[in-house]
Amino acid sequence: MKIKKKIPLIDQHDKNGFWGGKFGGNFIPETLKKPVDDLTKLFAKIRKDKNFIKKRDYYFKNYVGAPTPFIKLNNLTNYLGGAQIWAKVVSEANGGAHKIYNATVHALICKKAGKKYVIGDTGAGYAGKMLSMAAKKFDLKCKIFMGAKDIKRQKPNCDAMRKNGAEIVPVYSGSQTLVDAVSECMRYWVSNCDTTHMCVGSTVGPNIFVKICGWSTAQISRELKIQLKSEFNAIPKKLKLINCIGGGSSAYGFWSEFIDYNKKQIELIGVEAGGPKKSKLHAAPLSKGAKLGILHGSASYVCQNNEGQINETESISAGLDYPGVSPIHCFLKDAGRARYTYASDEEALNAYKLVTELESISPSLEPAHAFAEAIKIAPKLSKDTIIICNSCGDSYKDRDILKKRLDKHIK
Amino acid sequence: MNISPISLAFKKCKVENRPALLTYTVAGDNNKKKSLEILKSISKYADICEIGFPHNTPIADGGQIQTSAYRAIKNGIKMKDVFQIVKKFKKFKNSKPVILMGYYNMIYQYGENNFINKCKKVGVDGLIVVDLPWPDNKYFAKRCKKKSINFIQLLSPTTSKERMKKIIRDSHDMIYYISMLSTTGGKLKVSPKEILKNYQKIKKINNLKKVVIGFGITEKTISKLKSADGLVVGSTICKEISKSLEKRQNPVTNVSNMVKRLKNKIKII
Repeated sequence: MKIKKKIPLIDQHDKNGFWGGKFGGNFIPETLKKPVDDLTKLFAKIRKDKNFIKKRDYYFKNYVGAPTPFIKLNNLTNYLGGAQIWAKVVSEANGGAHKIYNATVHALICKKAGKKYVIGDTGAGYAGKMLSMAAKKFDLKCKIFMGAKDIKRQKPNCDAMRKNGAEIVPVYSGSQTLVDAVSECMRYWVSNCDTTHMCVGSTVGPNIFVKICGWSTAQISRELKIQLKSEFNAIPKKLKLINCIGGGSSAYGFWSEFIDYNKKQIELIGVEAGGPKKSKLHAAPLSKGAKLGILHGSASYVCQNNEGQINETESISAGLDYPGVSPIHCFLKDAGRARYTYASDEEALNAYKLVTELESISPSLEPAHAFAEAIKIAPKLSKDTIIICNSCGDSYKDRDILKKRLDKHIK
Repeated sequence: MNISPISLAFKKCKVENRPALLTYTVAGDNNKKKSLEILKSISKYADICEIGFPHNTPIADGGQIQTSAYRAIKNGIKMKDVFQIVKKFKKFKNSKPVILMGYYNMIYQYGENNFINKCKKVGVDGLIVVDLPWPDNKYFAKRCKKKSINFIQLLSPTTSKERMKKIIRDSHDMIYYISMLSTTGGKLKVSPKEILKNYQKIKKINNLKKVVIGFGITEKTISKLKSADGLVVGSTICKEISKSLEKRQNPVTNVSNMVKRLKNKIKII
């Protein structure tokens, strides 16, 4: 399995939609064949359309707020006494997370397709919140599918969605988390695909949704590349880009410009949700060796049993609490370009605690997994090594969990 | 040339001047024993029995079939039990065609070849794989055909005419037309006239293929569609099982009575 250079990873699939010959594809009911084909054609057209790109860039700059800051975490660096630790503070984007890129692009596509309704799934509530924001901005009617368990644990984002005029559809089936929300959202699309556009909240789902999402979040690494050059005059010789992995949209966006570099120069590290230390359940299909399977329209490594039933997952972080993962991360793993590991709930909480005690940023529990890995490896690395964590979400949504687990109050 | 049991079933119905009645039940709903009893009992009235192998992430199924699937999984159904049920049912009534229906991941994990061989061994006559659309299913469909198992292609209101022609060309004896944009068990939101118009479009492309209509078919709607080659009833049966369990009644009797009523509604008087 080999990655080609100078071609965006999202475009390195075969004619059947598979990356590396086996990840991705389109495992969808016949009814969705046409809407997916239509969307594929539309996206191929608009991504070449200068006016559309101009529009995207306009909204990224003036609505999302590009570029997001790139800062050194001096106190954390000194405390750990090894590699330099930096953060790309993507949570400074409008709405508080990277999900705004994909949501904005989907809203623009929905408009372009002449559809008035947009639907989306959400776990942590950020994908839902951002889609509700974009829908409001572009005058679209919005429905968000969310697991009942997640509605309870991510209340602040639910409040935001309702405030933006979106309808939250609670999903009570299965584990009542992201996996069920995505299923229910797809079911709704099957029934309403003639009038409604679907936004998949991460780089998962049928091939085209992986591509659109990756194309949208790639903004993060475009910005970072410029910021690196202006900060260090060149791309550093020893660089590690650490990102949490749920579906994998922020990681792809964070890495896309750097995939062509030698991995000895730029190491890409993905951190999955290992779940509670004492639990057998987790949401780490890549780093815990899950088998290839089909979930939500594409083939990827999936937490499942021998029969092919999807396993329940468990993580303190609703945004990472998903049994599958993006086919492009499976590709990056098997091609040997990225390294995947996991952090437990406890490690993520400790990382959150340390980062917020020492620094002025407040990453949510998802990027706290990335910081956990940074904290683990930094002391062993040389001072000229640059570690950058993508702080892709803000902790405000986690205030109830953090209060309960750390007795910490968040404004 | 050998005529398939599925074709034979349609032929028999044609003689009786009525559509074939296809029932869908989930293997293991509400448990292994009961689901076999239900099958045996409804086979008096059903012409073809579709049996679902349940998956816990069914993206094209509505609430009723989801409930049945979760119930079956909770009660411990495994693929080997599904095949056992088919085997026992075929022993009881060998002439009744059985179509297995489910999601691709279950087949993928079983191994495509193993799965087809096992189907052949226990007497499965046809296969419907919800999330393996054409052309991705070409290779798998061919392998089914080699073992004389009907791979049943699906068509929907969103299928373009061009695509329809290609799918029909690659189809076997039977084609499944999805009546409307919906998951299973949705309320019929398109008029029967409109559905039959689309049905005729398919028949016009190839009159020899048997086309069944499914989704949204209940005791209320079934008689309006009886000019089709066949009609599939699924969610309404699953719902009847749920209702029976709720009322602590015997699902076998209740479902059997329901299928009998459905059959009476499509008979030409």
